[in-house]
Amino acid sequence: MSAVLPAAEPVPQTPFRRFLEEFFESKLATLGFVMLAGIVLLALLAPLLAPQNPYDLAKLELLDARLEPGARSVAGITYLLGTDGQGRDMLSAILYGLRVSLYVGVVSGIIALTLGALTGVLAAYAGGRIEQFVMRVVDIQLGFPAILVALILLAVLGKGVDKIIIALVCVQWAYYARTARSAALVERGKEYMEAARGLGLSGTRIVLRHLLPNALPPLIVVATVQVAHAIALEATLSFLGLGLPTTEPSLGLLIANGYEYLMSGKYWISFTPGVALLATILAINLVGDQLRDVLNPRLAK
Amino acid sequence: MTVYVLRRLAQTLLVLLLTSGLVFGGLYLVGDPVEILVNPQADQEERARSAAALGLDRPALEQYWIFLKGAFSGDLGKSFVFGRSALEVIIERMPATLELALLAMVMSVGLGIPLGLYAGLRPHGLAARAIMAGSILGFSLPTFWVGLLLIMVFAVQLGWLPSTGRGPTTEFLGVQVSILTWEGLRYALLPALNLALFKLSLIVRLTRAQVREQSLLDYIRFARAKGLKRARVIGVHLLKNILIPLITVIGLELGSVIAFAVVTETIFAWPGMGKLVIDSIFQLDRPVVVAYLLVTVFMFIMINLVVDLLYSALDPRVRIAEVKS
Repeated sequence: MSAVLPAAEPVPQTPFRRFLEEFFESKLATLGFVMLAGIVLLALLAPLLAPQNPYDLAKLELLDARLEPGARSVAGITYLLGTDGQGRDMLSAILYGLRVSLYVGVVSGIIALTLGALTGVLAAYAGGRIEQFVMRVVDIQLGFPAILVALILLAVLGKGVDKIIIALVCVQWAYYARTARSAALVERGKEYMEAARGLGLSGTRIVLRHLLPNALPPLIVVATVQVAHAIALEATLSFLGLGLPTTEPSLGLLIANGYEYLMSGKYWISFTPGVALLATILAINLVGDQLRDVLNPRLAK
Repeated sequence: MTVYVLRRLAQTLLVLLLTSGLVFGGLYLVGDPVEILVNPQADQEERARSAAALGLDRPALEQYWIFLKGAFSGDLGKSFVFGRSALEVIIERMPATLELALLAMVMSVGLGIPLGLYAGLRPHGLAARAIMAGSILGFSLPTFWVGLLLIMVFAVQLGWLPSTGRGPTTEFLGVQVSILTWEGLRYALLPALNLALFKLSLIVRLTRAQVREQSLLDYIRFARAKGLKRARVIGVHLLKNILIPLITVIGLELGSVIAFAVVTETIFAWPGMGKLVIDSIFQLDRPVVVAYLLVTVFMFIMINLVVDLLYSALDPRVRIAEVKS
């Protein structure tokens, strides 16, 4: 127990620096972060990187259909990951599919986060009957598995990017609402809230500028888990033929398209998009696992 | 207690009513089943006749009212495709789904608890870390893709197990069951394994977390201090206490396995309720879709209720009567 002299104190760290240092302490989390950054980059740059525009039906050569990975086409192009049933280059299809999957996952995540966090924080702030009602609805919804709720909604809504985003938002908002409420309940009792009220700030200002930012860390943790879930769920629904239209296939749809060729041993049409999907979800989960540890005040050093 | 159960049942009714309204209304807007059901060459008159036969010529609200009236006497309408009671069609398919769900749960509990127990007791060992890494992988693997891989490896490449369909069934207590004979079980192994994988990872992680938390508590230290054998401390004292939270999770997961069977059944062409509802959604067979959702939602709420009651029965610290609504 040697007393540390004030002079020996290292350069004051900003909370963000400390957060970064703690986050990258774990090798697995660093790997996850690098993987995730790479995947996001690949998806963003897909139009530049992809050898072929997979949505341009005129470019597809039926003679090149179902070529093995590494095979050469009639025109002399090498298909690194092979081609699918319509002669579409799998590498290009996967890069574009990654875009769709990430887009759906992230957009639905952001909307659900906003809606859910607002509902949860407001419920905690309002208290009383409003809080009871909101939380009862959340409890009932969380009692059902996500796939069932999504199935009901998509059976009703039909196909389309917007439809699947709506379904995913409806599935996810309750998780955010519950987390936001419990975080806000903790914050509600703290002194700075009392101070804000004492200053006579408006309710909106207190909720948006004071309560919400402080309830954010647990929400970020839930958000990473939920985005991974959303991507997996979208892929599952698309695989069942309930999600996205076939014109702009996501990874799930690519896997579904390869299903019919699986029995004849043409594994790559289903296999490689699945690897891309797995890598994406795994990377997000690894990052999320570490975030949970770093942002958890109970485990703070 | 009774009040609690009654209130929950009233809530159930409300949820069922809401689901039925939402789905009924939504499906009404999606499309005209007559378009799909009737021969495309049929003329206007014939279309009108089949619409009238199915009751589809009436206004939406009236159709819903008729449905509700029937529902209260246990009649959820007639399937457009099968021409029989929708509920009957679903109940016919139910044993297939239930046996799959049950087999999957047995697999995930039977493997998950021992693995999680081991990983929790020796958290720094190599095997424990391998188990945990495996569970993250199991969490991340998309279920339907694993299904495809299982078919690819065990059915196409190795040829050990059949890839699709349900095996021969035998009658057991008046229900057609396939997993009681080896031939039938062979068909169920791959889909059940597929369904079990995610739950297995979940149970491993939960068990491990529980073990780590509980082994630090005083009662375990006390049991050790009394000189009890390690096997007894783990097998009796520890296991008993970690089982309480696990049972609730397992109960709730049973419901989610039934719901997730939709995916697995589609991949493995397993003739259960899940495959039925997917087919029915595409055929706009509204009565079957509505009936499936109502049956599943009902099963779900019942499972949740039983789990809640079980929890309070198992853990004397939780008393439902004290829970204010």
